[in-house]
Amino acid sequence: MSDGPVAQSGGGVIDAPGAPVLDVDPGIKTASSPKIAPWEERFTSYDVEAFEVPRGREEQWRFTPLRRLHGLHDGSAAADGEVAVSVHSGFGDSATEDLGGVRVEHVERGDSRLGDGGIPADRVAAQAWSSFPTATVVTVNEARSDDEPLTVTVEGPGVGKTAYVHLQVRLEHHAEAVVVLDHRGSGTVAANTELVVADGAKLEIVEVHDWADDAVYVGAQHLSVGRDATIRHTSITLGGDLVRLSPVVNYRAPGGDVELDGLYFADGGQHFEQRLLVDHSVPNCRSNVMYKGALQGADGDKAAHTVWIGDVLIRKEAEATETYELNRNLLLTDNARADSVPNLEIETGEIVSAGHASATGRFDDEQLFYLMARGIPEEQARRLVVRGFFGEVINKVRVPALRDRLEAAVEAELEAVGS
Amino acid sequence: MSTLEIRDLHVEVETESGPKEILRGVDLTVNSNETHAIMGPNGSGKSTLAYSIAGHPKYTVTRGEVLLDGENVLEMAVDERARAGLFLAMQYPVEVPGVSMSNFLRSAATATRGEAPKVRHWVKEVKTAMTDLEIDPSFAERSVNEGFSGGEKKRHEVLQLALLKPKFAVLDETDSGLDVDALRVVSKGVNDYKAQSDVGVLLITHYTRILRYIAPDRVHVFVNGRVAESGGPELAEELEANGYERFTTAKEEQPA
Repeated sequence: MSDGPVAQSGGGVIDAPGAPVLDVDPGIKTASSPKIAPWEERFTSYDVEAFEVPRGREEQWRFTPLRRLHGLHDGSAAADGEVAVSVHSGFGDSATEDLGGVRVEHVERGDSRLGDGGIPADRVAAQAWSSFPTATVVTVNEARSDDEPLTVTVEGPGVGKTAYVHLQVRLEHHAEAVVVLDHRGSGTVAANTELVVADGAKLEIVEVHDWADDAVYVGAQHLSVGRDATIRHTSITLGGDLVRLSPVVNYRAPGGDVELDGLYFADGGQHFEQRLLVDHSVPNCRSNVMYKGALQGADGDKAAHTVWIGDVLIRKEAEATETYELNRNLLLTDNARADSVPNLEIETGEIVSAGHASATGRFDDEQLFYLMARGIPEEQARRLVVRGFFGEVINKVRVPALRDRLEAAVEAELEAVGS
Repeated sequence: MSTLEIRDLHVEVETESGPKEILRGVDLTVNSNETHAIMGPNGSGKSTLAYSIAGHPKYTVTRGEVLLDGENVLEMAVDERARAGLFLAMQYPVEVPGVSMSNFLRSAATATRGEAPKVRHWVKEVKTAMTDLEIDPSFAERSVNEGFSGGEKKRHEVLQLALLKPKFAVLDETDSGLDVDALRVVSKGVNDYKAQSDVGVLLITHYTRILRYIAPDRVHVFVNGRVAESGGPELAEELEANGYERFTTAKEEQPA
């Protein structure tokens, strides 16, 4: 019963050795397709015991190496550490503690606002819900300027420790904010992150996972989109032993507009997994998904592994929906594996547009040849191509200092393997 | 004065049924300030010659050499060849998403000139070259070749020629897919660069149309992987009138 949405379609499972550019095109499933279980059966609950302990064969968990979760999934990971959550105005060197009109509260489990974003849909998320000590609620009720991003820093509990986190970012109606959600440090963490964006509000949020090498983070992001509200969510995964993110977009009223962008860069031994669900349940909403990943596993090391599942559902009542999703993976070395499964399920024909694309390929030798044929040395040509590949995601980040940091991080990743 | 000398060049490609020889002993010498047209039927190996000179990894040279002022370019990496002064205007320029044209051009100019061009001069230089080729300034911020029409791509190849200032330029079917207006613009770009430099040009084409705009000093008929006949501009006129039949028939009588 803990199985999630099952619009399963021909997946793009690509092993690097010998794999040329491969376009995954599982086709579009329609409501008449008999293989698809109804999405209404997607199970959600706050109660961890309502979910069976995953064994690894479930659709929801089949890509995740459960033994590396340190017991987050089976109840054996006792909370013996705490995550430090701090909120600043500004980002990086310019950050201050003066938050202006932003309200930060630490609340108990029973707070009525918790759950406004969404309800856990897997056992680890429910475990986090049952186990967090206090929840942090950050409320914005004004239109903040773009130059004043809010930075929420989540620092892991430390090596060998486990912690559960609950974070909610709320934008009241017509509020506007740019938020950087910066995850770092060591340890094992399960989290729920709620992004509750009220009518007419506009949230731009960059969620950075720059964990230390030992860290394990399993997080559910619950996006609640009010009437005519806008969320631009960018998810950046650079570090950690295992990072698994499950953003769910819930449209609460017509007119919602959501962009989900992502960038992940996995080295040898790292497992980075993204499972998206965009649930178009009301009319006149828009979603645009663009995730880009690069993988590099050094010879003799463990493979780099990324998983991207993009589920988009357009329900019968969601007329005039406009949606597109794209996932691209760049295999920089042989020792890498990228799984990419876009699913698009459409229950009404009355939509503006719907599309999806997925491609995983090795470094494009033709691009390399073209640049080198103009005199550009190979090393530099490779960097230009990778920078260009990620540029579409990074250039949209509106916090200049963060953009610089992300560019530097990508450069550092490339240096690391000397590709 | 520079010389590009191709000697007994043999090149093969890997196919499903094993290696296949495409070039079968090409001999050709181009000097500075000369324009040589290489004309031949489809499949005769013209593009293979172009890409082999540039060093595309798909092609394996099994014999012969390509000398630029006595230095064997076949021993150089692709980027070294470009920095040595070779340029290939490609028939199918490659799209490089996310890399802006301006960033690309500047990187290429920095590499081929050995130092970064001074910003102020560079901006002006690019602007002038783009205007000459009737390229809208907005293209500078677009990704390299991405979403460009066939004509736009060819214009950008010639733009690179003008900015990178090679000693020898190989133009691989730069005329293909161009309408008359675009052909005129592109040809003018090549002629302008010829006028202001000592470039030697290897103009590869299937049709004589472009030769009305870019006058060749020598014409070589390329058949079955080698030069079948060389002559002056009058040879192009004969091809215009009679096609390649005389050469392809001769080929069958004297199999390689």
